[in-house]
Amino acid sequence: MMGGLARFFAAIGHPVIDSIERLGFASRFFGLILLRSGTSFLRFGLVIREIFSAGVLSMLIIIVSGLFVGMVLGLQGYRTLQTYGSADSLGVLVALSLVRELGPVVAALLFAGRAGTAMTTEVGLMKATEQLSALSMMAVDPMARIIAPRFWGAVIAMPLLAAIFSAVGVFGGYLVGVVLLGVDDGTFWSQMQAAVDFREDILNGVIKSLVFGCVISAIALFEGYDAPPTAEGVSRATTRTVVTSSLAILALDFVLTAFMFKGV
Amino acid sequence: MQRSILDLWVGLFVAAGLAALAMLAFKVGNIGTVNMSDTYSVIAQFDNIGGLKVRAPVKSSGVVVGRVSQISFDDKTYEATVTLGIDKRYTFPKDTIAAILTAGLLGEQYVGLDAGGSDKKLVNGDKIQITQSAIVLESLISQFLFNKAADGSAKSAPPSAPVAP
Repeated sequence: MMGGLARFFAAIGHPVIDSIERLGFASRFFGLILLRSGTSFLRFGLVIREIFSAGVLSMLIIIVSGLFVGMVLGLQGYRTLQTYGSADSLGVLVALSLVRELGPVVAALLFAGRAGTAMTTEVGLMKATEQLSALSMMAVDPMARIIAPRFWGAVIAMPLLAAIFSAVGVFGGYLVGVVLLGVDDGTFWSQMQAAVDFREDILNGVIKSLVFGCVISAIALFEGYDAPPTAEGVSRATTRTVVTSSLAILALDFVLTAFMFKGV
Repeated sequence: MQRSILDLWVGLFVAAGLAALAMLAFKVGNIGTVNMSDTYSVIAQFDNIGGLKVRAPVKSSGVVVGRVSQISFDDKTYEATVTLGIDKRYTFPKDTIAAILTAGLLGEQYVGLDAGGSDKKLVNGDKIQITQSAIVLESLISQFLFNKAADGSAKSAPPSAPVAP
């Protein structure tokens, strides 16, 4: 009887203690990344390689999705606004929703799927094949040589990708709204310029994407570093990267929006 | 060899990202159109500002000449006090009229300045004496309905008069 009760509490307690321990390790890991970032900036070539694999290789999916998201916004927005006879405001609708929300968030979700998973698998396999230990053996700090450059590469790439996403999306909205559906060219742009503020809207969007970049790459690298060194462990870590970072992006987006657009 | 191609791609990517940001700033945002660093403040009091908001444009002859910098309520006169930040490049006569107007039927509200004929110019901290409040659509409609009702009863009165005797 006592044994059963003890097992019951152990079954509840073990996962809780486990996850708290993981959280502590993750925080320490994040701090260590920042602490060992010196090498990344002294040897910037390392970061450039990671910008290539995280940013340049994600560009195609970002551009294509941005175009389609903008086109759908133009189509749906036009139909709804037309009901109220204010199709002229289509530019405002497309630009504001892209710059404030969809640009940073959708680009971050795509980035988590495209680049985050790649980082997790890469680091996880490096660990499984004991490349990280080999580096340590050669007195090369894997945090400074492998982890930190990947982190900074992703942090630099993310805002640029979000900006490309928004810009291409606005162009997609223009394509559908002005070229296809016949909203006036001048009104489309001038209403947009009157409504979109540089500091309030665009800069806040950039800040959002910077935060998302940090979160995604920290989660992806941690999951890779923490993955059990087996094929199954790496695959599970990759799944967890996508799930955790997507949830983190959406939750953080709400918090950031509540902070940034208080007065609007 | 490998490195230079990599650098080229990353350079292209960064350039594309910065170009996108610049496009957002200048083409989508308002950084290129309204650049007001130097402004002077003028105060105007209104009975009713309707839906006027801080940062709403101040226009004269349709040209944006400034922005609403502050809105507060004066509990001495029970009027709204609106502070207008006007671009230093433009000066206005002392007897300028400020009116709260609406862009389109249901559009955003802005402050319209109508220049007067005085020789003296408005300077920082001055108060605009003549103002015109926002038109509230509900009161306009109710006024219209009252007038219609009054017209209706006036018209229906004469035919009923001959019947009476």
